[in-house]
Amino acid sequence: MVTLTAPETAHTSTATAGTASAGATLIDGATLIDLAGSSVRDLNQALHQATDGQAWTVKTPGGKHSLAVGIDADIDVTIDGHAGYYAAGMHQKGEVTINGNAGVGLAENIMSGKVHVTGDASQSAAATGHGGLVVIDGNAGARCGISMKGVDIVVGGNIGHMSAFMAQAGRLVVCGHAGEALGDSIYEARIYVRGTVASLGADCIEKPMTAEHLDELAGLLAAAGRTEDPADFRRYGSARNLYHFSVHNSTSY
Amino acid sequence: MTITSLPQDTVSPAHLTPAQHTEELGLRESATFDRATIADIQRAAATGVYDIRGWGAKRKVPHFDDLLFLGASMSRYPLEGYREKCDTDVILGDRHASRPLHLQTPVTIAGMSFGALSANAKEALGRGASEVGTSTTTGDGGMTPEERGQSKHLVYQYLPSRYGMNPDDLRKADAIEIVLGQGAKPGGGGMLLGQKITERVAGMRTLPVGIDQRSASRHPDWTGPDDLEIKIGELREITDWKTPIYVKIGASRPYYDTALAVKAGADVVVVDGMQGGTAATQQVFIENVGIPTLAAIPQAVQALQELGLHRKVQLIVSGGIRTGADVAKAMALGADAVAIGTAALIALGDNDPRYAAEYAALGSAAGFYDDFQDGRDPAGITTQDPELSSRLDPIAGGRRLANYLRVLTMEAQTIARACGKSHLHNLEPEDLVALTIEASAMARVPLAGTSWIPGAK
Repeated sequence: MVTLTAPETAHTSTATAGTASAGATLIDGATLIDLAGSSVRDLNQALHQATDGQAWTVKTPGGKHSLAVGIDADIDVTIDGHAGYYAAGMHQKGEVTINGNAGVGLAENIMSGKVHVTGDASQSAAATGHGGLVVIDGNAGARCGISMKGVDIVVGGNIGHMSAFMAQAGRLVVCGHAGEALGDSIYEARIYVRGTVASLGADCIEKPMTAEHLDELAGLLAAAGRTEDPADFRRYGSARNLYHFSVHNSTSY
Repeated sequence: MTITSLPQDTVSPAHLTPAQHTEELGLRESATFDRATIADIQRAAATGVYDIRGWGAKRKVPHFDDLLFLGASMSRYPLEGYREKCDTDVILGDRHASRPLHLQTPVTIAGMSFGALSANAKEALGRGASEVGTSTTTGDGGMTPEERGQSKHLVYQYLPSRYGMNPDDLRKADAIEIVLGQGAKPGGGGMLLGQKITERVAGMRTLPVGIDQRSASRHPDWTGPDDLEIKIGELREITDWKTPIYVKIGASRPYYDTALAVKAGADVVVVDGMQGGTAATQQVFIENVGIPTLAAIPQAVQALQELGLHRKVQLIVSGGIRTGADVAKAMALGADAVAIGTAALIALGDNDPRYAAEYAALGSAAGFYDDFQDGRDPAGITTQDPELSSRLDPIAGGRRLANYLRVLTMEAQTIARACGKSHLHNLEPEDLVALTIEASAMARVPLAGTSWIPGAK
């Protein structure tokens, strides 16, 4: 185990754990960082210096914020415990697994790669995500997939209200139930829900499930490691009635 | 704005213009229902939709014109206007970031999006700003290669919509500006009408071509100052604490907003007054929400002073900056730098009289054109039409902007020297007096010829 001791708010890091040989302990091929003795700054600095193929295990995350943000290399990072706000924010490559719960803004603005949470995620999960896959085995709070722009999200449990608000592109799969105002002001994103929907938001409607959609959903479920039957889901998307402002729609917003 | 003629059936000689009618026939215009108001009502009655336009507030509000400098005489000692040095450089963002910006002039270019502006216009802004050693700022559309390529110092806006947002561009930026609001519309989102959503704009914003783009009014993944602090922490982590973080607020409650932005960790606070421009929003919003730039500065400065961070967390002020006198006045009130938007567009060629016939064909006139949302700008600046945008030569436009920025800087230097200051940052409120009671109260400087500041304790 390596203990990195730079202060949390240091401008420049003393971390040298960018490679597995830089004084870090390798356990089962993964570099181990224990946040009981190391800072978030040191963790992120090391991950930013990492190269493709490396693996990292983060112990004692303690719900700290901004864990494993800005990763831009094909690496695997496993966080053993709960993460705070913005875990895996702006993720670009590789895979981050959180064996626990995640706070607000999980994988916000994710570009590519995969982020997997085994527990629950708080509000605004995968907000504005442009690509990649975010898997939440448990429930997600309000505004899941808000302003999503191409990310795929698979939630094993339920999602909160105002999810997929102003969602522009990508797919949101909900194996449980959806809260109120699902897909409000949605653009071209697609939503699949297996359970109930408390209410649909402005310009969001139920749409037919065709073979194309069943195939698409099957692929997403498989990618998330889930076994639900695509036939049990219903699809929602934009009615496209509010794409152009019209005085006649003023009461729809 | 569309110019609407007076009703033609109410007056005689047909050869007279509407303006001549009012003069020669002794017509009296209502102060309440003036011609612009009448035209607004007529337009609303005809269309059933509120007016959306660009530009900033057009109503007269207390502004820098209502302040005067006290040049040095006996009690102060001036510097030689054309001999003695008056520095203009400014360092922005050295509170936490390891790579603060060092600009040669405190006049920066405010955020204006590709989409609202043409690619040539963005390139011209970059060329002009770089020539004089200052920064430009992206906008809702994200970062374009043209802009990054031509801007020596580029501030990347992190906006509620997060259109075109990606970490690669974030790391390419020289500073990050978290936008909470604009002076033209504090609390409001944006509306880029479908005619400007071309294939390239749509691609950058992940939207279908030709639909109306609605920008969010609030960030999707944080909801208050405590969250913002954590968000700033995330951005610092992603950029390895190298990049300065600005927080931009639309001036409405600048005392509290500045204090909270500082508490959240901002390196720089940007305060945009109600005269600040916009690409497109409701006219009623532009004219009726927010407070004048003049009123916003002292409140923001007070917050910084009370926190002991004035000049440590830098303050950039924008909203209606036009001349070097405006620059100097903003700095005397406590700003570290200013940002210009509308004035920069005018310097590029916006509202140029040589397009008078085309402005007239659009129902407007040079000096009045503000229908930026329509995408038919004859000057080729606020458009995505390839033919129109090709009218703006980015090299020539950049040269005009550089000239203008030099003039603003030299004018401010001239005034500073007259006040005995060897750096623009040495200007202070004591160098100013106000012409009106309103300006005196807002700017917190004495009414000219008195020692009275209304409301001062």
